[in-house]
Amino acid sequence: MTAQPLLDVQDLTVEFTTRRGIVKAVQHVNISVGKGETVGIVGESGSGKSVTSYAVMRILDRAGRIAEGSVMFSGIDVKAATESQMRDLRGREVSMIFQNPRAALNPIRKVGHQIEDVLRQHVQQAQVTDRGETAIEALEQVRIARPRERYHAYPFELSGGMCQRVVIALALACNPQLLIADEPTTGLDVTTQKAVMDLIVELTKRRSMSTILITHDLGLAAAYCDRVVVMEKGRVVETAKSADIFAAPQHAYTRKLMRATPRLGVSLRDLLPEEETKPLQPTPVMAGLDPAVHPSAQNHSSSMDPRVKPGGDEQTQPLLSVEKLVKEYPRQGAGSMLTKLFGRKPPVEEEVFRAVDGISFQIDHGESVGLVGESGCGKSTTSMMVMRLLDQTSGRIMFDGEDIGGIMPQSFARLPRRSQIQMVFQDPTDSLNPRFTAARAIADPIMQLGDIRGRDALRDRCEELARLVGLPVNLLDRFPHQLSGGQKARVGIARAIALHPKLVILDEPTAALDVSVQAVVLNLLQDLKQSMGMSYLFVSHDLNVVRLLCDRVIVMRAGRIVEQGASEHVLGNPQDAYTRELLTAIPHPPLPVS
Amino acid sequence: MLTMIGKRLLFAIPSLIGVVIVTFLLTRALPGDPAAYFAGPAATKEAVDQIRKKLGFDKPLIEQFVRYTGDLAHGDLGTSLTTGQPVAAELRNRLPASAELTLLGLVVSIVIAIPLGVLAATRPGSWIDHLCRVTTTAGVSLPVFFTGLVLVYLFYFRLGWAPAPLGRLDVFYSAPPTVTGFYLIDTLIARDFEAFRSALSQLILPAVTLAIFSLAPIARMTRASMLAVLASDFVRTARASGLSPGKVIVTYAFRNAMLPVITTLSMVFSFLLGANVLVEKVFAWPGIGSYAVEALIASDFAPVQGFVLTMAVMYVLLNLLIDILYGVIDPRVRLEG
Repeated sequence: MTAQPLLDVQDLTVEFTTRRGIVKAVQHVNISVGKGETVGIVGESGSGKSVTSYAVMRILDRAGRIAEGSVMFSGIDVKAATESQMRDLRGREVSMIFQNPRAALNPIRKVGHQIEDVLRQHVQQAQVTDRGETAIEALEQVRIARPRERYHAYPFELSGGMCQRVVIALALACNPQLLIADEPTTGLDVTTQKAVMDLIVELTKRRSMSTILITHDLGLAAAYCDRVVVMEKGRVVETAKSADIFAAPQHAYTRKLMRATPRLGVSLRDLLPEEETKPLQPTPVMAGLDPAVHPSAQNHSSSMDPRVKPGGDEQTQPLLSVEKLVKEYPRQGAGSMLTKLFGRKPPVEEEVFRAVDGISFQIDHGESVGLVGESGCGKSTTSMMVMRLLDQTSGRIMFDGEDIGGIMPQSFARLPRRSQIQMVFQDPTDSLNPRFTAARAIADPIMQLGDIRGRDALRDRCEELARLVGLPVNLLDRFPHQLSGGQKARVGIARAIALHPKLVILDEPTAALDVSVQAVVLNLLQDLKQSMGMSYLFVSHDLNVVRLLCDRVIVMRAGRIVEQGASEHVLGNPQDAYTRELLTAIPHPPLPVS
Repeated sequence: MLTMIGKRLLFAIPSLIGVVIVTFLLTRALPGDPAAYFAGPAATKEAVDQIRKKLGFDKPLIEQFVRYTGDLAHGDLGTSLTTGQPVAAELRNRLPASAELTLLGLVVSIVIAIPLGVLAATRPGSWIDHLCRVTTTAGVSLPVFFTGLVLVYLFYFRLGWAPAPLGRLDVFYSAPPTVTGFYLIDTLIARDFEAFRSALSQLILPAVTLAIFSLAPIARMTRASMLAVLASDFVRTARASGLSPGKVIVTYAFRNAMLPVITTLSMVFSFLLGANVLVEKVFAWPGIGSYAVEALIASDFAPVQGFVLTMAVMYVLLNLLIDILYGVIDPRVRLEG
């Protein structure tokens, strides 16, 4: 490290004025970044990692201010600089890449023009009167194919990964000295994540830039950073070289984070903090022994052997059987309503897009099946069709011996059979009615389809369900915004199991949660499955999570199943090239302490 | 683009047919009897019956409707019983008066409301934000006839700055030859600058009255929409790349915030066009609003039907214009066209 770091944050405290008084989001934080160094800031939501970076750029929103400490950037005191000095700094000396790239770009401005806005702001006018050549060059640098065409594209015409490349081009257009990447790959597919991260590293290394990588993903930080700063609740708890921190984490919080990260060679129980490894509920369950570690446990619990199953009777047929399921969407712009109506143009060959292209699979009683693939591969469409929220174009969906694929969605919602398939949604916040209390949300399916009548009986059932999912009963009268992410996830799960379903479809139930909360929720799901004998269809892009929770896994790509089989086979010894590609793209955190 | 316009116009046809049917039935369902009104209070029953027969009101409803639509197809909106003039001609004379007033009112309103809304959004909690809130609340809570009367009292009666609120033009000037029907434009075309000044001075007070009323929705919508956009991720990106505040607010925030504002504008415009009856009354403005209300009171079917139909057509055209504007501003809308 150089004697004088490029960025030196000393004793930084950031305060936010809220209705409930002053909140210190960041307290006494020290971070320094040397020239050409890559520093990771790791922490869970609310740890203050983003606020720290906003303070460095001085783009805190109106309510926030730097209360104490100093931020020195190559000799400039950021705290004391005037606004116009800061403007010269931003984009030219320090620039930033954000989470959710599509939202980070102006939706109604051509991406080329957006890059030029930055160039025009910081570079001499003479250099940017070249009819977009500089911007096209910037797009070329981030390896966007056909940059000359993309110059005229709007963000909505580009994929998420492509948008992130544009954001990177925007950030690097003026050759800054420091790049702050705030969760740059969250929400992107693993393969895209790898491509984007490799691109960032390559570009910054080539220009000998310094980088701050803000992430919640320990594996990502370990793979790409020289040094790692771990933050918890607005404080830095540990700073060390990344090799050291993963080999010998000093702080209890770092250890907890590392334990909770799903990875190879551990079981679900291993994710929980040491003091909490006992089951979450009194029911004696087969502790979530991971098939990869304890292959013998597999036969006891579920599906490897179709003859041995919990429950016992009428097991000759699978619970869910999907045959040659197809979902087609008309391509955009093809065959407008008017031309169909008036038939002026003879309908040219109908352009359709097959989101799901003739897939067949089965789920047995008490089995959990993972459905993995990148965004757009049709996994969500499949789950929506099984749930009868979407109509299939063709194919059969047999549930418990009945063809539910032929039932109209409207009438399906009222059938008693409907109560046996339930769903847990991706975003625990968005999937709860903000005006319903937790109790009301849990009671909702019971009131629609259940047989419990009367306030007290309903309340008792809600409390029972809350206890089952580990939600403190006194939280039942709270509204979603008064609950934490993990608590909301529990409400969503309680709602799904309220009617004793046979099949629960879990659509990325933990994607929006912090790793430590995810660990708890995954364990809860595992326990519930075993005590209630449910089957899961677990839709996810996180292969590590699928490996832990699922007996079998189905890998989808472009609407087709490329590989399916027992988890340890598919993920341990993948046959298909695509599965291998997915697996190698996961940044592997170093092996944990045991 | 052209296919989109054609498509929209085609889709408007069913709703226009609906408007024709509903207004026809509604006017027939009204309690008044036009024949009795037309015959006058002293008429005998025979006289009323005779008039009714002459007007065709004794025929079955369906036959009346067929005749009405047949006339409509030839551009004949019927004849007003009270004035004896063809409805189409009267609407043609009066619509520009209303449109000129409404448009100017809207322009004044936009010129004040949008900057006010933008400034209020960029400085929430500041004095300009409070000014915005007070102005809009006051504007929307005072009825237009009241603000109109206050303005007349103040600027005509007390200060004498404004001319007498008696129509579109001072009595000393003659109306310019009709080109657009808008006096401000026609006087300029005729190079009659004296008449232009007169027309403008007649217009100012009623236009300001309308503007004060329509200020509120536009300013509030601008403020809310700007606040939402200013909090969005891409504005943060723009700030983080060091763009100047002017660039951030105008190119990044304002253009995105325009969409809901334009929707509000179209609603305010169509609302004002029909509903500024009170302003037209206060300023003796020869517009279509007062025409329709007078006809309604007299159970005079033809003008009412003509008015409603005109408004419906205006509304369709306005919505089309808004959709085109949307497409110009937002590329995502263009795709669906």
